Amino acid sequence: MDTLDQSIHGLHRKLKAKEVSSVEATRAMLSRIEAVDPQIGSFITVTPEQALADAAAADRRIAAGRMDVLTGIPLALKDIFLTEGIRTTCGSRILSNFVPPYSATSWEKLKERGVVLLGKLNQDEFAMGSSNESSAFGTVRNPWDTTRIPGGSSGGSAAAVAARQATATLGTDTGGSIRQPASHCGCVGLKPTYGRVSRYGVIAYASSLDQVGPLTRDVTDSAIMLGALAGHDPKDSTSVATPVPDYTAALTGDIKGLRIGLPREYFIAGLDPDVQASMDQAIQTCRSLGAEFVDISLPHTDYAVATYYLIATAEASSNLARYDGVRFGYRAEGVTGLLDMYTKSRSHGFGAEVKRRIMLGTYALSSGYYDAYYVKAQKVRTLIMQDFIRAFEGVDVILTPVAPTPAFKIGEKVDDPLQMYLSDIFTIPVNLAGTCALSVPAGFSSGGLPIGLQLIGKPFGEETILRAAHAFEQATEWHTRKAVI
Amino acid sequence: MRFQPVIGLEVHVQLKTDSKIFCGCSTAFGSEPNSQTCPVCLGLPGALPVLNKKVVEFAIQAGLSTNCSITPRSIFARKNYFYPDLPKGYQISQFEDPICQHGWLDIQVEGQEPKRIGITRIHMEEDAGKLVHGDVSGLEEGSGVDLNRACTPLLEVVSEPDLRSSDEAVAYLKQLHQIVTWLGICDGNMEEGSFRCDANVSVMPVGSGTLGTRAEIKNVNSFKFVKQAIEYEIQRQIALIEDGGRVVQETRLFDPNSGKTRSMRGKEEAHDYRYFPDPDLVPLVIDGAWIERTRDELPELPEQRRQRFMNEFALSAYDADVLTASRELAGYFESCVALQANAKAVSNWVMGEITRALNDTDTSIDRCPISPRLLVDLLNLIEGGTISGKIAKTVFDEMWKSGKEPAVIVEEQGLVQVSDSGAIEAIIDEILTREAGQVAEYRSGKDKLFGFFVGQVMKASRGKANPTVVNELLLGKLKGY
Repeated sequence: MDTLDQSIHGLHRKLKAKEVSSVEATRAMLSRIEAVDPQIGSFITVTPEQALADAAAADRRIAAGRMDVLTGIPLALKDIFLTEGIRTTCGSRILSNFVPPYSATSWEKLKERGVVLLGKLNQDEFAMGSSNESSAFGTVRNPWDTTRIPGGSSGGSAAAVAARQATATLGTDTGGSIRQPASHCGCVGLKPTYGRVSRYGVIAYASSLDQVGPLTRDVTDSAIMLGALAGHDPKDSTSVATPVPDYTAALTGDIKGLRIGLPREYFIAGLDPDVQASMDQAIQTCRSLGAEFVDISLPHTDYAVATYYLIATAEASSNLARYDGVRFGYRAEGVTGLLDMYTKSRSHGFGAEVKRRIMLGTYALSSGYYDAYYVKAQKVRTLIMQDFIRAFEGVDVILTPVAPTPAFKIGEKVDDPLQMYLSDIFTIPVNLAGTCALSVPAGFSSGGLPIGLQLIGKPFGEETILRAAHAFEQATEWHTRKAVI
Repeated sequence: MRFQPVIGLEVHVQLKTDSKIFCGCSTAFGSEPNSQTCPVCLGLPGALPVLNKKVVEFAIQAGLSTNCSITPRSIFARKNYFYPDLPKGYQISQFEDPICQHGWLDIQVEGQEPKRIGITRIHMEEDAGKLVHGDVSGLEEGSGVDLNRACTPLLEVVSEPDLRSSDEAVAYLKQLHQIVTWLGICDGNMEEGSFRCDANVSVMPVGSGTLGTRAEIKNVNSFKFVKQAIEYEIQRQIALIEDGGRVVQETRLFDPNSGKTRSMRGKEEAHDYRYFPDPDLVPLVIDGAWIERTRDELPELPEQRRQRFMNEFALSAYDADVLTASRELAGYFESCVALQANAKAVSNWVMGEITRALNDTDTSIDRCPISPRLLVDLLNLIEGGTISGKIAKTVFDEMWKSGKEPAVIVEEQGLVQVSDSGAIEAIIDEILTREAGQVAEYRSGKDKLFGFFVGQVMKASRGKANPTVVNELLLGKLKGY
């Protein structure tokens, strides 16, 4: 088995056994990126020098016997994570020249473990999108079918794992931005509970919804990565001090008696038949493993998308105010004054989708509309949270599809924002509730496109959803299939 | 028609914390531009605020000292607007649920009854940076932004529109200034902007129950300017109404050079700040124990101390007022009294010589070169008759300069008071012989000349003769020749 195909734990074994060095594994990855990225477009910035230096340092660490499961593993980050000295664009023209003077906490934590940084991954601009078509650095293509989108906003992060351009990647999830691309690209994507992983140094889209998480080849890797990322950060007031368990220890393979809820609002008429078939089959698999299924209701599901597009855009309109051309980033040339500088820098610097969301959010917060939109949305958000709290009184895990359809065609929905927004209908409620969920490969469409299964857990219930996903993964072979590229 | 002014004040109090409100950068004033910054106060992408606990403690102290209730769960909000000195494009402030609410201060304008002024709210917020225009080193043209001040902690204290004159406004402001400096939460420096005020001013016909349209006057940075600005604005609004015009709601700027206010922006140009709760900060929960602990640790406040000085030391209201002008001055006074000195004598000396010398040398009381111990030693020399009150002033000046003990100065300069009647008599005789003409005039009824003889004797004794003894002997000799 090629080092390119390895999981984190697989490559770790090889590194430990000295079958391969980190420099060799890293060189293989860099060649792979060079070979396939022109077709995929996963990367905005490749950092070969950094990668080889990291790998050499990791090899020294391995030789000195100070090895960790992540030491020497070649990873890549969504370009939303600040990396000191390495350009960080967030997929936007307005940050096309931005080299940050500090690093995100999650990246610092991985660096301490001796990982290798291959580069920075493509994404929807400011993480606003479900198809990776809103990036200022080009559309990412789905490695399973390059005429299709990889999902978004962490499209580059999912495509890079699927195209074997990185052993694992980091993404962020505000309304499904890890789980939906993971589902479309056939990898495992985990959105931890809000507060589980620090947001410090992660460019904010919607602060009350954003959460960092890994995209990996399998569930074990997801558990390994979460263990490395989780924990309280004194620099992020919203991060939580809940103790970090050994997530890999939770992967017992045993889900006998696990109560799994099936929310009727998620199994709707318009669901793609292939997605429906995959769900049916997954339910059978889990049942055969001893899980029990319970029909449940999450009655406010219908309001989730509207609620999300008020809260997320309101927060975004404020979060993106700092991109004004004054201190960093893009500044328009030939301006005639302050207002002109603001207007032109922001008009040229931001893409259409970002501007649309800034305007929506500004409107929702405006005097006279605030109560009708923002305050109302917060109330509905509370109802949605309560839906989950009530549901979890009777079940351990909730099982749903990740997306209503497999990956759609590039360009198919760009002119129809509403249709685009609806592709996150099953992932958005989890962010509003602030709880955790993951996407695990659960089948393929008749056209050969991956289909993901979403497992939603209680707040800080990552161990349970990882255990269930791992047991499911062990019983199926979906995760072993590779995109041919 | 006669008009009643209605005034409310919004005061920004810069808190004297070592570090900023949402990051660890220093708050020191006057450093190299942008030398006290970090990703948080620069508003870099990805940076997040973390609340400085000291700011909350100071806010609770301010609230308890102004009779506010402390909000058990208060919320930070974003105030959104674009300006180059505001790095994030929003200011983190409080909107709904500020930390302190519903307080009051009792103020007193000389010659009037005390009056209670309501305090609507006190909230915490971050300051903005500063724009630097034109000729700055390293900046060839255009404008620069200095973000050292960005993210320094402020309290905004908002009064009810309970003030009815510029004098009341100044009295309120002075009292608030005294409280925050007394608590040690603000350095009170108005020139550097540590304590600054916006005034909302309107007028209504006397007897009317309907408030007039108000103008907000921005950044008035001394007590004198507050008085001037409010008075100008009252007259402007009255003149406008009497001419048949209408006051418009607007923001006005006070120009200290002309003493006038001018329009800055009207209501139409007013920002829509789009306040909403800051999702980066969790609600601030303050439990009763925290409030009680802070209450227990509060120093005795100026008003309480003033009352106590009057009761305990039988001081006049005026003396008690002057001595409680600052916590340090009151402390100095009490340290002296604690050393067994006469409170009235200490009061006279602190309000007299000490205050004069401090003012002359621009020294603050906590840097006073004469410690309470030394001042009391000096008072004891007067009390014991070793030196006269007059000589004591000479000794005081020498103590101020050299820091020596008063007894040493008296000894070195031979300033011990002469009370020996024989020695004084000899001097008197000499004077009366020398000034025979004046003696004759005195005896023919020119009583006023007595002072002349006393002066001559004191001069001849180089001030050391005991004045009581001099008076007694001199009178006897002049009358009974």
